[in-house]
Amino acid sequence: MSLEVPKELEKEIDERITHYPESKRSAVLPVLHALQHHFRYIDENAVEWAAAKLDLEPIKVLEVVTFYPGFRQTAPGKYHIRVCRTLSCAMSGSYELMESLCEKTGIDRSGVTHHDPIAVSADGKFSIEFAECLASCGFGPVCMVEDDFHEAVTDVDELLKQYP
Amino acid sequence: MSGITYKSGREPHPKEHRVVFKNIDREGWDTSIDTYMGEGGYDQLKKALTMEPTAITNEVKTAGLRGRGGAGFPCGVKWTFIPPNNTKPVYLICNADESEPGTFKDRYIIHQDPHQLIEGMIISCFAVGAHLAYIYIREEFPEGAQILEKAIAEAHEKGFLGKDIQGTGFDLEIFVHRGAGAYICGEETGLIESLEGKRPYPRIKPPYFPAAMGLYLCPTIVNNVETLCHVKHIMELGGEAWAKTGTPNNTGTRILCVSGDVKNPGYYEVEVGKVTMGEVINDMCGGLKEGRELKAVIPGGSSAKVLRADEVFKVGRGDDTRELTIWDIPMDFDTLAACGSMAGSGGVIVIDDSRSISWVLNNINNFYAHESCGQCTPCREGSLWMKKITDRVVAGKASPVDIETLEGVARNIDGRTICAFGEACSWPTESFIDKFKDELVSDTNSEMEEALVNPESVTAAANLG
Repeated sequence: MSLEVPKELEKEIDERITHYPESKRSAVLPVLHALQHHFRYIDENAVEWAAAKLDLEPIKVLEVVTFYPGFRQTAPGKYHIRVCRTLSCAMSGSYELMESLCEKTGIDRSGVTHHDPIAVSADGKFSIEFAECLASCGFGPVCMVEDDFHEAVTDVDELLKQYP
Repeated sequence: MSGITYKSGREPHPKEHRVVFKNIDREGWDTSIDTYMGEGGYDQLKKALTMEPTAITNEVKTAGLRGRGGAGFPCGVKWTFIPPNNTKPVYLICNADESEPGTFKDRYIIHQDPHQLIEGMIISCFAVGAHLAYIYIREEFPEGAQILEKAIAEAHEKGFLGKDIQGTGFDLEIFVHRGAGAYICGEETGLIESLEGKRPYPRIKPPYFPAAMGLYLCPTIVNNVETLCHVKHIMELGGEAWAKTGTPNNTGTRILCVSGDVKNPGYYEVEVGKVTMGEVINDMCGGLKEGRELKAVIPGGSSAKVLRADEVFKVGRGDDTRELTIWDIPMDFDTLAACGSMAGSGGVIVIDDSRSISWVLNNINNFYAHESCGQCTPCREGSLWMKKITDRVVAGKASPVDIETLEGVARNIDGRTICAFGEACSWPTESFIDKFKDELVSDTNSEMEEALVNPESVTAAANLG
């Protein structure tokens, strides 16, 4: 199966590639970001499409996808949540935040592993994972919902209400 | 600061000296180029464009500006490492991967004062002869990436980027490149590999010193966000005047990011070496939480060696030797190094007596095990072993022997890897064992030894899970 990439998205991707006049391969990350933003995760078809776009063997794209925690290989929920796990946030309660978010969204993280870090709620509305340091250590606990950043999260109900 | 109003509750502390953070949390300030230019923005670029590039580099050298990303290497000296007979293109990369745990300063520059960074970058590019530059920004700053792209577009419109900048014949393009959540991309050669579209496996130095063989094997200067911002201020004051702030060999200001067990964590820009750890914790951050006592401080991001609250540090040489308590340590590069740690990225993590040392170390070990790129065996295996052992300690399933093993693993990583991640991941464990061995051992259980020695036994299966 091939990937149906909308014309607008392909135009945006083609423009991004021009930022790297010395080497098209440099555009792997931006191309994958654009695809993930649109399709929500990177599947085999996206890898092949990106590889063809950049004149690369698909393995050169796949090895990048599997390395970086920022690329997902499975479908997340409608709203993907990343909770900072690292020291300063953990000291201000990020593990408790994770527990509370899972409880309120009905997510079961028992199947989570290093290679499969994302857990999705049964209704597909939310997904969640721990992220390493989100660089707002003075104002923890911190999480991201999609591209939105939330600091000092104490009221989980209030947070989730913003995502209908 | 005179004439500037800050948002209520976000006012700088009186002991701060705001230069790079002058416009952070400022009332009426926004990210537009008009606001920036209304306060003399891009004037320093215009001045720099009339100078000889080498004269700019000399000002930065005179200023003694040391890199604010972690290593504290003199910025101007780094610039001169570009081979003099070079005929290849030169690139400049702004390292905005800000990922050292405990560090959160670049975030505010990018989100609130992007043009300061862009101006610093253009001046720096002119100085080193770069015509193509990238801002490598961590993926977790999606809004920051958009703000920077808008700022770049505005600078283009005003003729500060593109072809023939301000009629000088100097061409420059800056692009924003988003990372994808890997800590190792903060390491400059890993960053370069990532920017080339590969896995960010760091390169070995020598020969791959970026200033000689960096991006596409061409001379490449990689500087931190805060460092590049300072270049603009060095232009404004001149290197000599700029160097009057701070202390000798530790010049200028830097942003301390304080997190952990203090009343008012946050960011504080101070003259380097002019405030002590005690002033940072007790005055600027309002002290420890009620009824708590200081246990430890990690002074420069999570890879910096931990300092114990009751240590006495001997610094200086010969007749100049002084004894310092943790509270007396001036926050500068050289003293923190003399105390056996480092100023690193400016991320100060304060730990009080309510915390378990084993838990803190385990959290750090989890981070490094997750972030090792896997290229070098001592680091890939060692970081995971250290995590597994401290996992056992916090679960109450470790034997006292585990602490010996932990130490052995840690001491066989640093110095044996391609990049400094080896040090970054082993220094926490080494220093926690040096300073808190008793507490780590007290969290172990001697009955677990049987399980470790005889892992096939039934007891082992039950205990080690």
